[in-house]
Amino acid sequence: MRHLKKYLPLAVMALMVTAVQLLTSYTGTAYYLTQLTITAYYGLLITGLCLLMGYAGQLSLGHTGFFAIGGYVSAALTTHDLTACRNDFFITLLNHAHLLISRHDIYGEPLITVKAWPACLAAIAAALLIAFIIGIPVLKLKGHYLAMATMGFGIIIFRIVMASTYFGEADGISDVPAFTLLPGLTVSGDFSYRTQNYYIAWGLILTGMFLLINLIDSRPGRALRAIHGSPEAAEAVGINTARYKLLTFVISAAFAAVAGVFLTHFNGGIGPSEASIMKSVRYVAIIAIGGMASLWGALSMGVILNFLSLRGVFGSYDDAVFGAILVLVMLFAPNGILRLPIWRKLNFRHRDG
Amino acid sequence: MALLTIKDLNRSFGGIQAVSDVSFKVKRGTIKALIGPNGAGKTTMFNLICGNLPPTSGRISFKDQAIETLTAHRIARLGLARTFQNIKLYPGLSSLENVMLGRHSRSHTGFIAAMLNLPRARREEDDIEEKSYALLKMLNIAELADKEAVSLAFGQQRAVEMARALAAEPELLLLDEPAAGLNIYETAELAELITQIREIGITILLVEHDMSLVMRISDEIVVLNFGRKIAEGVPGTIQNNQEVIRIYLGGDD
Ligand SMILES: Nc1ncnc2c1ncn2[C@@H]1O[C@H](COP(=O)(O)OP(=O)(O)O)[C@@H](O)[C@H]1O
Ligand SMILES: [Mg+2]
Repeated sequence: MRHLKKYLPLAVMALMVTAVQLLTSYTGTAYYLTQLTITAYYGLLITGLCLLMGYAGQLSLGHTGFFAIGGYVSAALTTHDLTACRNDFFITLLNHAHLLISRHDIYGEPLITVKAWPACLAAIAAALLIAFIIGIPVLKLKGHYLAMATMGFGIIIFRIVMASTYFGEADGISDVPAFTLLPGLTVSGDFSYRTQNYYIAWGLILTGMFLLINLIDSRPGRALRAIHGSPEAAEAVGINTARYKLLTFVISAAFAAVAGVFLTHFNGGIGPSEASIMKSVRYVAIIAIGGMASLWGALSMGVILNFLSLRGVFGSYDDAVFGAILVLVMLFAPNGILRLPIWRKLNFRHRDG
Repeated sequence: MALLTIKDLNRSFGGIQAVSDVSFKVKRGTIKALIGPNGAGKTTMFNLICGNLPPTSGRISFKDQAIETLTAHRIARLGLARTFQNIKLYPGLSSLENVMLGRHSRSHTGFIAAMLNLPRARREEDDIEEKSYALLKMLNIAELADKEAVSLAFGQQRAVEMARALAAEPELLLLDEPAAGLNIYETAELAELITQIREIGITILLVEHDMSLVMRISDEIVVLNFGRKIAEGVPGTIQNNQEVIRIYLGGDD
């Protein structure tokens, strides 16, 4: 059955995720789980961007912007003390809606902030709204004009977080509290939550892949692949190309924002480097090397390269490595390395997904 | 009753008047041919009707509704499908998927239902696939269903495009030089197919250079030259129209 065949890679991935965790636990290398957790969150952003770039054919160099909006808004709302303005109408209203929480900061001072759940939802909503607003004009552009406009957006977000005291300027925001998803399930970088967080992150990306795999083989998924190949012929069969591009842009921004929120609560903070343009270049390079229109290619390359990068394998040449990857892929493997002829010679069967 | 009415239509590109004061009607259930030498403005006419180009001035009405200001996808949804002179299939998609896209305007699954793979999305998907496969079969290319459409031979690509257009169950079908690049046997099959399509109730507007095909299957013919309509009528009168013979058929006969 084609439905089962479609989901088989997801089952394999779930098994691999479990196997890796068990392996690290038996070999006493559980410290790898922290980097693998971070890798999974970047992977979530990358798969969402892959839908936009690889399938719908719309290049975005601004997706760190959405990641940063998610992370920063959630971080700011859960850390900024509202004690001073607790009698303001709006704050009272939030309090009555049970959206605020009193706690103590690390120095024992009392603190009133927004709860993690509403902060997280507000952060994602902010990213979606901004994606919607900038997507409408920007997606009218094509090719390198679109790339430049989205890059401009990314730079604006970067400059805003660097300039704003609310977002901590060059220091970013630290002491972001843990985020309890459900009782017993907490997004936190705390040592005792490590295994749990590994499964939360990979569970999230499995969910994301499930949604995207369903999408690309569906009516709207085909429509956006058609837009990529021939926008005129797509319109001719009744596809509202502007609307589909916008919705895809917003969906991919949602993936980035969710990744930003979770990673920020996991790391306990966020800094401007997460909003830097070099990160966007990195994601684009990963999608290119994964074969553009290949979710599994993007995910596997994303996991491998981000994991190596987090392990410090590339040293201080980190950004240079990703820049070089982009150049080399464009020159020698424009269809991604999984589609190089060498794989066919080795009788490696590659299926898109 | 006219299904499509073109009235005083104009379109210029810079200094070139590609379509100039053209008016004609296409009656429901007929095959109408649009002929004229290269550069006469036939493809431009199609692009204007389909909403790919806005007219400089003039009116186009389809099913008694003004469509000259509508976007291409809205016109398509009203029941108008087309094929392209320079074939436009979607790269990276199989022949079957290309045809399935033809059913876009006849289906509804949105992003959320698709991402969650809801039962109604699956049901609709099965229906789209079944109908599309039946069309590939009807056009004798079912065995190419899983091949990437743009990798096929020219004639096969034309067939996929035709299937994609038919998948929309259009009321009006615009065919831009469907016989170009086909051999005599394929052209004969095409003539058969076009008459069959008309028999199931689809009205056809056809641009074609193959005069024997045009004369054989058309109910009416419009002749364009330098963007102007120079003649209109049944094949018999067009064949005997002196100006048409001089301008267009002169070289052949
Ligand atoms: N997009 C365009 N931009 C500029 N000129 C065009 C465009 N499309 C068509 N033309 C010009 O309009 C005229 C009619 O072209 P066309 O409609 O393609 O003719 P036909 O299909 O009858 O061969 C030609 O002179 C052509 O060069
Ligand atoms: Mg033409």
